[in-house]
Amino acid sequence: MANSTEEAKNQMLEAIGVHSVDRLFEQIPDEHLTRREFRLPAPLTSEVALKRHLLDVLGKNETCENNLNFLGGGVWQHHVPAICDEIWSRSEFLTSVWGTPSSDLGRNQAWFEYASQLGELVGMDFVGLPVYSWGAAVGHAFRMAARMTGRTRVLVPALMDPQRLDVARTYCGFPEQEGHLEMVAVAYDPATGRLDLADLDGKLDRETAAVYFENPSYLGVIEDQAAAVCRMARRRGAEAIVGVDPISLGVIAPPSDYGADIAVGTTQPLGIHMNGGGGVGGFIATRDEERYAREYPTLQVSLTDTIVEGERAFGLTLFQQSSYGSREEGKDWTGNSVYLWAIANAAYMSVLGPTGFEELGRAVLRRSHYAARRIAEIPSVSVEWPTGFFKEFVVRYDETGLSAAQVGARLRAKGIFGGKDLSGDFPGLGQSALYCVTEVHTRGDIDRLAGALEEAVCA
Amino acid sequence: MNNGLRKYHAAVWDEPLVMEMGAPGRRGMLFPDAEPELESLAGDAGGLVPEGMRREKAADLPELSEPEVLRHYLHLSQETLGMMGISLFGTCTMKYNPRIAESITRLPFVADTHPDQDIETLQGTLEVIHGLDEMLRDLTGMDRFVFQPGGGADAAFLHATVTRAYHQAAGALSQRRKIITTAQAHPCNPATAAAAGFDVITLPLESEGYASVEALRSVVSERTAALMVNNPDDIGIYNPHIEEWVDIVHEAGGLCFYDHANFNGVMGRVRARELGFDACMMMLHKTFGAPKAGGGPAVGAYGCVSELAPYLTTPVVVKKEGGYTVESSGAARTTQVREYLGNIPVIVKAYSWLRAMGAEGVKEAADLSLLANNYMETRLLEIPGITKGLPHLDEYRMEMTRYSLGELTEETGVTTVDVQNRMVDYGVDAYWMSHEPWFIPEPFTPEAGEMWSIEDLDYWIDVIAAICDEARTNPEIVKTAPHNQPIHRLEGSGLDDPERWATTWRAYRRKHGSGAAAAASEG
Ligand SMILES: Cc1ncc(COP(=O)(O)O)c(C=O)c1O
Repeated sequence: MANSTEEAKNQMLEAIGVHSVDRLFEQIPDEHLTRREFRLPAPLTSEVALKRHLLDVLGKNETCENNLNFLGGGVWQHHVPAICDEIWSRSEFLTSVWGTPSSDLGRNQAWFEYASQLGELVGMDFVGLPVYSWGAAVGHAFRMAARMTGRTRVLVPALMDPQRLDVARTYCGFPEQEGHLEMVAVAYDPATGRLDLADLDGKLDRETAAVYFENPSYLGVIEDQAAAVCRMARRRGAEAIVGVDPISLGVIAPPSDYGADIAVGTTQPLGIHMNGGGGVGGFIATRDEERYAREYPTLQVSLTDTIVEGERAFGLTLFQQSSYGSREEGKDWTGNSVYLWAIANAAYMSVLGPTGFEELGRAVLRRSHYAARRIAEIPSVSVEWPTGFFKEFVVRYDETGLSAAQVGARLRAKGIFGGKDLSGDFPGLGQSALYCVTEVHTRGDIDRLAGALEEAVCA
Repeated sequence: MNNGLRKYHAAVWDEPLVMEMGAPGRRGMLFPDAEPELESLAGDAGGLVPEGMRREKAADLPELSEPEVLRHYLHLSQETLGMMGISLFGTCTMKYNPRIAESITRLPFVADTHPDQDIETLQGTLEVIHGLDEMLRDLTGMDRFVFQPGGGADAAFLHATVTRAYHQAAGALSQRRKIITTAQAHPCNPATAAAAGFDVITLPLESEGYASVEALRSVVSERTAALMVNNPDDIGIYNPHIEEWVDIVHEAGGLCFYDHANFNGVMGRVRARELGFDACMMMLHKTFGAPKAGGGPAVGAYGCVSELAPYLTTPVVVKKEGGYTVESSGAARTTQVREYLGNIPVIVKAYSWLRAMGAEGVKEAADLSLLANNYMETRLLEIPGITKGLPHLDEYRMEMTRYSLGELTEETGVTTVDVQNRMVDYGVDAYWMSHEPWFIPEPFTPEAGEMWSIEDLDYWIDVIAAICDEARTNPEIVKTAPHNQPIHRLEGSGLDDPERWATTWRAYRRKHGSGAAAAASEG
């Protein structure tokens, strides 16, 4: 702290005309001042000591770099191009706060490029700046749909990440409150893992504000009835909201192709490290129609002009409907979010380009299907829905006599983070785990997993 | 500029949009089928996507090589001022972000960990979270902290949902529908209260600089669910009756939430629990040295008393024999504001900052931020045209002061927006004017914090003084500013016009036609 020298303090005290800094706290009544002796640990005043301490503590973590990782479920290990880290960690981006459209032109342009490129992936032309997470995006989308339709019920898939569902539910409130949204689960077809359309049909009624489904689903299944789901929703006057993994969109049809009204999802796979779950971010995208645009809770930048003919700028659009502009009259609320990641996302999308996304999608499809086949060959282990998935699939251990936790522990002993244990969250799937295979996995990695899994269950 | 200030001009790259760059067939990142045998083993990739669900038309993304992408974004970074100059952006406590924490959090044991890893493989992360929890408990007196909220507003939302769950469990939610806040409270307090399903009561500012105890009394009742306030506010005023406020709300059965975003001026001196609060929120991306990042990743650390702990978002980190583990409670299903444990890198940065500062350092930082603010005040008030917000209140302000340029505007027509746009011509980051509502004409709110040197503060003030001088001698230069930035002032008339706004390139081309796009790119 530059002004911690006695000279600096005295200079400031003198200019202010007081003898002691305590005088400056005069507004705080004496009885508000704490008498406490704080117990914070003694300060690590040198960078060398601080670094050593952080390395010692954090060094207790195991990582997905020094283990072979197959965990996914909404946070995925994809390759992070080195330039993404180089770009977001630039001090200019890292330390910017708000600025003006002129002085922070570059950051605002990068945000516009984020929205524009994401819009191309999902096939939508109105995209807000990111929200905290996928679950937050779902929650906001529900509230947008409720405001647009004046209805009070939302349908969600029975097979959804329980935490994501909890976040969305948090945005819906309690029945004893006005404006509460009721959440109703739509069953899945056990044979395919896809939505049960008959159940959906029975639950869609005049109170349904939105039908939410995911594509691929939480358990990896590609929802090939997407167009029918959206049609059914629209026919009953409900909004069709789809949650997508943007990295799948090089090979899977964009939401606009099958008639979704609102696309949401996570930004993490687009060039952001998993960060122990700290890498998440959520997006909301729709057609550029006033009906939707006027319900966005987010900030968003629009391409516009300066006072000089022909010069481009980027300014906030529809600011007045945000909580900054209208407090409790605004649409939900907004605040600091994950805008830095949006810059890395923009760089990611432009360095991949159309062919990169397609190639990446193919690599993921091949590797994950190869893995599913190898695993299905292991005696007493089966793959629940062995075709029609992207990146993730469910492996069942029931016939091995082992719990998913036991299998996980045996794999861990071999330096492998096996799939995510689903037994607690989805008892209907027995002792099972969700495996994620991406472009970072080689054939050798997959063979190693298959071998280790076979040993684990046969031991 | 011959006013003794440094020469400055921002980088101008006239950078096209990334979507306008590149050429067909150019590639930046390859994911070759390095293992062609996978094809025969796994089948044709295209065929692995069910019929009807394949992407037919490639996404219209740019086609660029890696170095082009890097250069493009480096240019954009150079066209961003950030903290390259001096940033006294008030209400946000701009401080140095130690690069040691930046570099540590980029290492694999933070960056490349998965949240669902077995808890035994994340002991380092849990130790940091628990360590930060304990330190914040010490500073505030709360019983437990969680770090899931993705920003200050999200922590306010967490409080609103905890309030909801707490009263619901007591069967009182249909009765307790009101959350009380004040006009000076940050907009996120009323906004999140409303989003959580409450009616909002906003107490107006009164002549003492805060709403009166009587005003509070007149709205508190058995319908009160909670009070949500910050103290001090952004004008720099500390409400000395806050303990009484808390008592009044408690007596009526409501909860009290301390939005501690303005912690920098009171840290080490005031503890939220001792004032009676049930919960508080601090911003790790503000007070605790993590970068602002243009708007996150951020963390609103939320702390509460043990009575509210059952309603917390989950998982929470707890100490166990020989290490740490996580716990979840069922009640959290209506207070889960974000997935997983929080923005881990931001948590590590805050932990690192507090370990480096220690209790004495934290207190000294608060001292320095008040010293710096009041030092600035003496100089700023010498500049003709600048007055202090609520000038009749002459006690020393806390860590920031809100000022008014109203007199300057009356005299010269130059507004606070003009001054803001002119500051950046000197390489100084634009100030924050004021959150809604504006009580003070033509407001601006600098916050010095503890990090900026006296020379920096003086330079900032010199810039404001020079601009006020220009307002009198050459008002046009201020009204048409900026002149030394990559582009001129925004012409924002189309921003709220559905025929013209465009948040994507796709929308822009549709609304403005390719002719408009071409004309714009020639500019
Ligand atoms: C007093 C106060 N409360 C809450 C917030 C909201 O924080 P965030 O933008 O992180 O959501 C701020 C932001 O600066 C603030 O100053």
